[in-house]
Amino acid sequence: MTDLTLPSRKSPGNLRQLAIYLSRDKLALVAALFLALLLLCVLLGPLLVGEQAAKLGLRQRNLPPFSVQQGWLYVLGADTLGRPILARLIVGAQKTLTIAAAAVLCSMIVGGTLGLIAGYSERWYSHVIQRLADVIMSFPSLLLALIVLYTLGPSMLNLIIVLAITRMPIFIRTARAEVLELRERMFVSAARSMGASSTRILLRHIAPLALPTLVTIAAIDFATVILTESALSFLGLGIQPPDFTWGAMVANGRGYLATAWWIAFWPGLAILLTTLSLNILSSWARTVADPQQRWRLQSLRKTAR
Amino acid sequence: MMLGYIGRRAYHSILSVIGLLTLVFFLTRLTGDPSALYLPLDSSVEAREAFARLNGLDQPLYVQFFQYLRDLLSFDFGESLRQHRSAIDVALEAFPQTLKLAVVAMTLSILLAILVGALAAARPGSLFDRIAGLVSLAGASTPDFWIAIVGILVFAVGLGLLPTSGTGSILHWIMPVFVLMLRPFGLLVQVVRGTMISALASPYIKTAHAKGMKRRKIIFGHALRNSLLPVVTVAGDLTTGLINGAVVVETIFGWPGIGKLMIDSIIQRDFAVVQSTILVTAIAIFIVNIAIDLLYVGLDPRIRY
Amino acid sequence: MMAAGKPILTIDGLTVDFLSEGDPVRAVDDVSFNVCPGETLVILGESGSGKSVSTGTVMGLIDCPPGDIVSGSFMFDGTDLTQLDENGRRELNGRRIAMIFQDPLAYLNPVYTVGRQIAEVFESHEAGEGRAVRDKVIALLERVGIPEAENRIDYYPHQFSGGQRQRVMIAMAIALKPDILIADEPTTALDVSVQAQILDLLRDLQQETGMALIMITHDLQVAAAMADRIIVMNAGRIVEAGKAEDVFKRPEHAYTRRLIAALPHEQSRDTPRPAGRQNETLLRVEHLSKHYALKSGLFSAKREFRAVDDVSFAVQRGETLGIVGESGSGKSSIARMLLRLNEPTSGRAIFAGEDIFTLEGAALNRFRRRVQMVFQDPFGSMNPRMNVRSIISEPWAIHRDILPRPQWNDRVIELLELVGLKAEHAERHPHQFSGGQRQRIAIARALASEPELIVCDEAVSALDVSIQMQVIGLLADLRQRLGLSYIFITHDLPIVRQFADRILVMQQGKVVEENQTEALFASPRHAYTRKLLQAVPQPKWQRENTAVRPA
Repeated sequence: MTDLTLPSRKSPGNLRQLAIYLSRDKLALVAALFLALLLLCVLLGPLLVGEQAAKLGLRQRNLPPFSVQQGWLYVLGADTLGRPILARLIVGAQKTLTIAAAAVLCSMIVGGTLGLIAGYSERWYSHVIQRLADVIMSFPSLLLALIVLYTLGPSMLNLIIVLAITRMPIFIRTARAEVLELRERMFVSAARSMGASSTRILLRHIAPLALPTLVTIAAIDFATVILTESALSFLGLGIQPPDFTWGAMVANGRGYLATAWWIAFWPGLAILLTTLSLNILSSWARTVADPQQRWRLQSLRKTAR
Repeated sequence: MMLGYIGRRAYHSILSVIGLLTLVFFLTRLTGDPSALYLPLDSSVEAREAFARLNGLDQPLYVQFFQYLRDLLSFDFGESLRQHRSAIDVALEAFPQTLKLAVVAMTLSILLAILVGALAAARPGSLFDRIAGLVSLAGASTPDFWIAIVGILVFAVGLGLLPTSGTGSILHWIMPVFVLMLRPFGLLVQVVRGTMISALASPYIKTAHAKGMKRRKIIFGHALRNSLLPVVTVAGDLTTGLINGAVVVETIFGWPGIGKLMIDSIIQRDFAVVQSTILVTAIAIFIVNIAIDLLYVGLDPRIRY
Repeated sequence: MMAAGKPILTIDGLTVDFLSEGDPVRAVDDVSFNVCPGETLVILGESGSGKSVSTGTVMGLIDCPPGDIVSGSFMFDGTDLTQLDENGRRELNGRRIAMIFQDPLAYLNPVYTVGRQIAEVFESHEAGEGRAVRDKVIALLERVGIPEAENRIDYYPHQFSGGQRQRVMIAMAIALKPDILIADEPTTALDVSVQAQILDLLRDLQQETGMALIMITHDLQVAAAMADRIIVMNAGRIVEAGKAEDVFKRPEHAYTRRLIAALPHEQSRDTPRPAGRQNETLLRVEHLSKHYALKSGLFSAKREFRAVDDVSFAVQRGETLGIVGESGSGKSSIARMLLRLNEPTSGRAIFAGEDIFTLEGAALNRFRRRVQMVFQDPFGSMNPRMNVRSIISEPWAIHRDILPRPQWNDRVIELLELVGLKAEHAERHPHQFSGGQRQRIAIARALASEPELIVCDEAVSALDVSIQMQVIGLLADLRQRLGLSYIFITHDLPIVRQFADRILVMQQGKVVEENQTEALFASPRHAYTRKLLQAVPQPKWQRENTAVRPA
């Protein structure tokens, strides 16, 4: 069916249309709301409950969850030092998400740039970049991160750098693949035939078109990075006390499983809900972006007969 | 040419492995003196020097490095400081344990994911599809260390059905395999479903309908067969990622595999073992990748190397 | 052979909607037609006319985006197709109604051999299995003209040429001798000479089996060559229907008349050429070659592929040179080399006294202002993120000395008006325009650097026929007003007849014939040129008048 094109092709930048599509997928809507709430916690949480999160309370030690007698902050219970878990979750969210966001951003910018270069140029450094991506890719990222962090010391900066490096191959490869495809497109030939320089072609014609793909990958990768960071923190190689992330909270509670399960349970659940929300949203975004799938989110009205 | 292709892959892999080993060599040696870890705190300066001399640690770093490379060429991977025997033996002893775990987890998750993904794609939007979608997203989003300790909490501590750690009976397999397959399963269901849906929308499916083929045959004969290609690609990447999971799972469940060995050796500064482990892992991953490329040729007649 | 007896398929009052956000979009509106055994019905229409949708519904093949059959009945040999369940429909598909499609590479499963895919027709309808089916498949492949059928039955689709793949599709469709064959643009993706062979094959098979043929096409010449009866569709409606000869000779509806007027006619060149064509050579190409090294096997000698093989020609100032050839003839390679997008293996191209291929730096930039290119695909040749203003002003951004920035706006509007667009179009993005409009934008961009020579590489091939002529008209008009020279590259011989002064015919990298346009059409010297000219299909009614008809 050659002339079957989608009758109404709305431009993807249409925010209102996106909001309508979002409201049609209840699961994605809930995920978006959860992430919005989380963002709010990250921005305001430490101001509001930062003090309580660090406050030791002898009377509240290992306080079980689901009781508000000690105040609403204790609804999820308290840890072995009597600190309210809810407040610590809110404060931990900030570090967890900041590290992941910084790592993904670095990874995207550096990896994307390297990928653009590797795709457009055929000089020696293009091959070096690709081999570099192969080396990182061909080895389990967690092991690599463990070795580097153990030797260099687990500071926040090191953590971000290590996480960024382990995720970089994805961006290098994606950006390179995009460039390889884009540079064969006719408008690039057209620009070259007009005399445009390589820099102009890369910046004006290729990079803007490769960017959406990279951003999509970054969104999906965000969840992966959160999981990797949590695992590193769980293994004791994340950022060190007094700072903490959700992964470190799970590690802290691991020793008290039999007596106070909630200490390890809630932060893990927080990780799960965050990464799940991110994955649900990116799955929804894929549906919206796919012209063959998008109709599932549209309200289809048949002609009355 | 197939052989030339494998040769090229092997050459790239060797480059990668040498790069990694070099990196690890310098990283590990830059950071700390293992004699501090291996000798009693109150041991004399002479004893420390003797220890360093014995293990070649008193030489300048570059001398140590060339010595190391020379040993590598004669298949001498050094001696484990901890266990006082050949480091490569230590690594090769642990490897089958991880291999067994990985093969079982990977096979199960691939088979299950193809079944679930194909059934979900056959009726997109159905109840089964929605449930499968959510479950698979959750699988891909769950922090493995957390689900592992929640598993221990429920099935070992709470219900007393399964052992907390170790190897031996079939019961010891259940939790490690389940935790390990969660992420690959989740990601693969997504991939299978996505490629199946686009395969079902592709023109050759229309031809099959026009031929009057049965729906079941179209789904499993034509669509699934074409969807296997991306599944194989992703499964390859997941195998590398599986080692990440193995580190966590083996640590928590006390499984004497390569992941646990790696963590232990890093913490104990047993360089030779760390490097042997890296070598063994890299070779295993290389073999898996070659196998996947060969599988690809078998699956897609258009591909020739 | 005219139709006899009563219709085998009757469609009555078919209306189909596409469901989308908000109100449904009507794709087919109250369409009725029928077809009799042995008859060929052509459904003619441009893209978006609903012609494919009407026949897709016959086979139950509309799924995405969701289509909705609002009303209509399908009577096939006494059965109402709308009343059939999935199994009943399946029984008919492939056995009694079969279909072939435009792009056989996509419509064949890439991972199965063609033999297996044809055999599936027999297996799906319990018409035999194993060895017997294999023999039948080989016989079918032989019938549709696949050489060495016993071997090639085990080949995969990608190992066949485009024309052969369509033959494979046809073999699959006729396997069970269906009553109706629906052919949806079966020759659109093929070279003209291959197209003629496929059309011949379809006609022969129809003679043999007496099946009804429903053919969907946008190509008037194909329609004329095949049709007994014809339906013209526009925007989902039938605007005209009747015997083919009547519709072509005495079109009644305005839309049909416009389509037929757009056909390149043999009689007249409607644009009188400017009398004062200067006798000044603008471009002289000498012994131009482009060779590619082919990957060699372990033992075989190194081979090379000569995409362009020792080609020489010249373009006078104000002249239009047509370069005609089928795919693989090397015509586009020439364009890319002249624009310095690819480097030649050897040869020279003297433009205004300098060899293009040795230019570097500032000299190259100066040259690039003077020669511009219009590409085939108006969807692909413009950056989708840029608006029309940035697209047209890009040459000025690259060559800073053409035009000072404050004047850009006015000049963009001038250029838009020159190519028949409006000032307010400047703010829009390429996807908001139709194919023809986009090609006008591409022309405006080419004009922005005030070139002397414009190279058009299949510049109108992707457009609907009625639009093709408009764009060529625009190019001819600009030629007159601005004194431009063109190199017009195309696979479509009739199109250049109206436009080119001189024609170069290329085959497999070589120039096989070069002549003034009229002389070339009047007396083609080379066998290949004659083949190209004959490949332009002859109307069926003429063919039947000249051919000896079976008694």
